[in-house]
Amino acid sequence: MSKLWALKKSIWVFHLCSGSCNNCDIEILDCLTPKFDLERFGIILTGSIRHADVILASGAITRKALPRIKRVYEQMPSPKIVIAIGGCACSCGIFAGSYNIVGPFDKVLPVTAYVPGCPPKPEAMIDGVVKVINSL
Amino acid sequence: MKNKTVIPIGPFHPLQEEPEFFELVVEGEKVVDINVHLGYNHRGIEKIAESKTFDQMVFLVERICGICSTSHPIANCNAVEEIAGIEIPERAKYIRSIIGEMERLHSHLLWLGLAGHFIGYNTLWMWAWKYREPILELFEAVTGNRNHYAMMKPGGVLRDIKEEDIAPLLKGLNEVEKKIGMLTKAALDDPVLAARLKGVGVLSKEDAIAYCAVGPTARASGVDIDVRRDEPYAAYGLVDWQVITQEGGDVLAKTVVRLLECFESIKIIGQCLERLRKVRGEIAVKVKEIPPGEGIGHHEAPRGETFHYVRSDGSNTPVRLKVRAPTYVNLPTCKVTVPGESVADATLILASIDPCYCCTERIITINNKTGQRELRGEDLLRLCRKKTERIRRKLEK
Repeated sequence: MSKLWALKKSIWVFHLCSGSCNNCDIEILDCLTPKFDLERFGIILTGSIRHADVILASGAITRKALPRIKRVYEQMPSPKIVIAIGGCACSCGIFAGSYNIVGPFDKVLPVTAYVPGCPPKPEAMIDGVVKVINSL
Repeated sequence: MKNKTVIPIGPFHPLQEEPEFFELVVEGEKVVDINVHLGYNHRGIEKIAESKTFDQMVFLVERICGICSTSHPIANCNAVEEIAGIEIPERAKYIRSIIGEMERLHSHLLWLGLAGHFIGYNTLWMWAWKYREPILELFEAVTGNRNHYAMMKPGGVLRDIKEEDIAPLLKGLNEVEKKIGMLTKAALDDPVLAARLKGVGVLSKEDAIAYCAVGPTARASGVDIDVRRDEPYAAYGLVDWQVITQEGGDVLAKTVVRLLECFESIKIIGQCLERLRKVRGEIAVKVKEIPPGEGIGHHEAPRGETFHYVRSDGSNTPVRLKVRAPTYVNLPTCKVTVPGESVADATLILASIDPCYCCTERIITINNKTGQRELRGEDLLRLCRKKTERIRRKLEK
């Protein structure tokens, strides 16, 4: 974990959405806008997974997106941190038991932190990311 | 034979919304064809609904979409109420309209911000989202949640808007109206924005009708449809408002329609709140049982008409739920609007119908002759922004 010290200064996050209702997703974007303004802390939403330190995962994983998600995760540089945002990413939420849902994120990827809620408030997401930074 | 290139966009892009996958077939700069692949976000909601009771189904359909998260419940409740033959109390009607219109406000501002972001106007993005924030706060004050309001249920609404909530709501909306007015002026007076959006991705009236476009996409092409007026439900038949249409059919017209609709929404909410002060009584009627039968429900979501079909066999769970969301109808219109335009405009046109999916993340250009070349999402955004820059310089001269 000693290599992680550099991460503490400026975390770049990548937003991965699979089978969510895009409510968590707009709340993630909300974190960047003037009211919460995460860029103050050096947290930037990056467009490419190859630049990312953290995956913000939202939504229960659908069957069609599963291979793509695995590929996205493989393209991510180490160290890899995944934060599950929202009830669906943590436990499939209301979609549990559907024929097209292959499970919550921790079944597919190793998840570092969970932020429950439907949707979690931006404050909760920021709190989750800060807790991850502190644990590094 | 000309050299054709296929540019896949998606399915994962870091901006909002569900994963969607587009294939742009390009000849040089010009897009000649487009293919849409859906299904990355298919969660089997219609099947899950069959295992839920009618009351639980409302919570499920609320989670179809997080942005129009009250449109689906309203349409669903309308459908269930049609089966049961219920007329909801007047107070519930007004509350439904208020929540529905507040949602339209936040959704249109969200879209405006993202459209600004795609063409490289991050100022517009930050402004629009800043002024959207007070609406979410009002939502939190009235319903208890910023999104997913959980206000609807078959037979009425779950929570009342209390007398003491009305004054802060009116005050908050007044503030928002001023801000949106400022934003509208700033956006529509901007010569660069007008030059960038005008004449881009024109959807003619005939095409809009042929592709069954709905909502602002159709209204921007001069098709005068709006479920709120054509088949009134909730309180839309009881208040005074107008349907906004434009003739242009281009991205600018779609922007104008959405911005002007915001003012109509504020007008509707204002009238509904005033009526709420006078109308007393229950906020929901008790639904004893749902008889066998079928019902349909509409709601004019921010993106267009949401349609729900529910069939009941007399038990406490539905036998079938069918949902038709507006994006699914509007998406094929890009089959006529995108071809003929440059790659730099493709992202903007795709975004203009409102599922904002502009690419990014992973875009591969497959060139038939030279093999494979990678073109990232940032490149596409860069192309889009470069064109804005070019227009700006031209105007400055």
